[in-house]
Amino acid sequence: MTHVTIDPVTRLEGHGKIEILLDGAGEVEHTYFQVPELRGFERFCVGRPIEEMPTLTSRICGVCPEAHHMAAAKAVDAVYRVTPPRAATLLRELLYSAFVFADHTTHFYVLSGPDFLVGPDAPAAERNILGVVHKVGADIGLKVIEARKRGHEIIETIGGRKVHPLTAVPGGMTKGITEEQRAAILASGQWMVDFARFSLDLWDSAILGNDEYVGMVRGDTYTHETYYMGVVDGEGRLNMYDGQVRVVGPDGSLHGQYPPADYPEWIAERVEPWTYLKFPYLRKVGWKGLVDGADSGVYCVGPLGRINAADGMATPLAQEAYERFYSVLAPAVDGRKRMVHARLAMHWARLVELLSAAERVVELATDPEVASDVVRVVPTERPTEGVGTIEAPRGTLTHHYWTDERGLVTKVNLIVGTTNNYAPMALSIERAARSLIHGGEVVSPGLLNRIEMAFRAYDPCFGCATHSLTGEMPLEVTIRDADGTPIRVIRQAC
Amino acid sequence: MTATSVRTKPRFAMYWASSCGGCDIAVLNIHEKILEVDRRFDVVFWPVAMDAKYDDVRAMDDGSIDLCLFSGGIRNSENEELAHLLRAKSKVLVAFGSCACEGCIPGLANLSSVAELFDASYEAPGADNPEHVVPQPEWRLPDGGDGDGVLHLPVFSPLLRTLDQVVDVDYFMPGCPPESARISEVLDLVMAALDGKAELPPAGSVIGAGMSTCCEECPRERNVKKIERFVRITDLAEVDPRICLLEQGLPCNGPATRSGCGALCPSAGAPCIGCYGPADGVIDYGARLMSAFASVVDATEPAEIERILDGIPDPVGQFYRFSLAKSLLRGGRQS
Repeated sequence: MTHVTIDPVTRLEGHGKIEILLDGAGEVEHTYFQVPELRGFERFCVGRPIEEMPTLTSRICGVCPEAHHMAAAKAVDAVYRVTPPRAATLLRELLYSAFVFADHTTHFYVLSGPDFLVGPDAPAAERNILGVVHKVGADIGLKVIEARKRGHEIIETIGGRKVHPLTAVPGGMTKGITEEQRAAILASGQWMVDFARFSLDLWDSAILGNDEYVGMVRGDTYTHETYYMGVVDGEGRLNMYDGQVRVVGPDGSLHGQYPPADYPEWIAERVEPWTYLKFPYLRKVGWKGLVDGADSGVYCVGPLGRINAADGMATPLAQEAYERFYSVLAPAVDGRKRMVHARLAMHWARLVELLSAAERVVELATDPEVASDVVRVVPTERPTEGVGTIEAPRGTLTHHYWTDERGLVTKVNLIVGTTNNYAPMALSIERAARSLIHGGEVVSPGLLNRIEMAFRAYDPCFGCATHSLTGEMPLEVTIRDADGTPIRVIRQAC
Repeated sequence: MTATSVRTKPRFAMYWASSCGGCDIAVLNIHEKILEVDRRFDVVFWPVAMDAKYDDVRAMDDGSIDLCLFSGGIRNSENEELAHLLRAKSKVLVAFGSCACEGCIPGLANLSSVAELFDASYEAPGADNPEHVVPQPEWRLPDGGDGDGVLHLPVFSPLLRTLDQVVDVDYFMPGCPPESARISEVLDLVMAALDGKAELPPAGSVIGAGMSTCCEECPRERNVKKIERFVRITDLAEVDPRICLLEQGLPCNGPATRSGCGALCPSAGAPCIGCYGPADGVIDYGARLMSAFASVVDATEPAEIERILDGIPDPVGQFYRFSLAKSLLRGGRQS
């Protein structure tokens, strides 16, 4: 038996490692995608005051602390069965929309964009944000910097800090914003809408105008027919901040739609001895291992999961972009929506959400009540148990807390965005490996970048390295013989 | 220009051990100054910003990295290996951010055993784990035959340790994360020192932070008012936006916490959480905070003081939220 080891892939609060096993004929038999770290938040949050959970759990991730802060805020509200004043909810969603905008921008331009905008087979040294600047123009680099900056300014204005915001508490927010701040946010929001439209135009001209790229997006290498999950509003439209969780099957049929608190009926998490991360799957379908199809409980979250699960977008320009996405990739048949299974289409779906987030910033900042002073109410109910769910950029994020009667945490359960995609990511790695490794030979050097591309689509949060300046993931593939002696090493050129 | 006249640029590295990545984001948030860093330094290792392989670091000469910012705690055998490796390769090793300096919030894991930490995840509600498996440092593939048919995972350590509990550290830069303005100042100082225009502080210093407390930076009014009880935000209908939060009964960690952030949290209506670590000269953060709290309570009888302090529902979390791993409770160099 031959081992192919990829180590380190990059981090998931640690880093990822891939083991690929070849059979006697040199064909891929299994792949193992290992996550080598655990930090133990579910345990050490026990005993802490419930009102501290938005602050404590923010430290799960410094790239998407806003997602944990807001999921936690919703969970602590639920623990107290308290409804924040409308202005507080507006502020939370406004901060969150600005965050989604900044995060999606970073992912598209810095991490994944170079593969398309510069080209998957361009020299690695050019496949980075600077290569994008060279190809598309210096102006784009300045725009990306400004987009990130504007997003983070809104986060700091509402959240108190740029990294690890702190203002969401049980029953609302610790502070509001002024009328002047509201006006500044509104102006930024309008700039953001223009930037998002520019980004979709760029996708149109640079990717859809190139047959090779379109073929790559549609190709089998990155296509899996799985279930899809995303939060939808009361009208079935995609919502990042609040709503019910909807799950659809590979054929687009409804598997279920439920209030977030019902997640234990729907989700189970498989534990394996060779990795620190659990594999969530659909409980009612069952765990069949790392395979796709309607009989396997593997589901996909993130931009592709959300756009497939939803009936449409809640803002007008994003709805137009949504309709174009499906008309190109999977036109409806007999009026029935079809699923897009191509994982690389995730990048396009992310841009549709980018526009939606920008439009939402404008809508929320237009509402005069967002500058109200009334941003918090004191809970009156005894604390017990609560669930908070939000759509993190990387997928459905659920925090579930239990407390004693003093409001001290007694139990915590977390299902994190990237974790939901653990099984689909493993599928994508295996698919890439199977299509690229034959007869014991590694097709190189394309293998490295093609495996990277399988990862990048998901924007996994071990790709905190995702938010990399160069867009390169550290990859090294070692092929070993049966005794473990390396016979060939391929490195990512840098 | 001949090759011999080219002055080699100083080498910069940044690494994240067991961390959330927020320290790296804070460095990226220095915006245009990052271009200056890129111009002045040869960035040789920085996983968030560039391709990075451990073997590349292993191949470097000892002491060849001029400045290494090391974030994250030491949670497993891989973190520890990289701490030793980067110590050997770096002239100046900075414990960067709260995790590396004092363990940060993940250091609260030191209140629990490894079995308890594993159970909370692998026996969680919803876990599908009928065989009660836990991740194994070495796991033999069912169809792996002999030879190298074993998958490896880093070994989870019994305690989360700070960087200086594992290797010698030259400087400590606190904060969760360090504020970007402080990061800019430190980089300016390092660049000036490289030009011979400034001197670096003595080894062992805290850098990128102030010498006083968070209270000294806080815009809120203090009236040296004594308090009769501590309250939680869930019990307080109105928080006066101008007055000291501690004087309003909210347990604010400002009096024990080092200055440097600009009192961001109290300015946003929330108590200081203590992320900048102990104020200058303080050995044990929690002990200092306890005495600070005791000094503001309106009581002289020990029993009465105790009753008021009982109003803090989670003393270990309140007093050691960021510093448990470094504290006298759970500290010390592990061999």
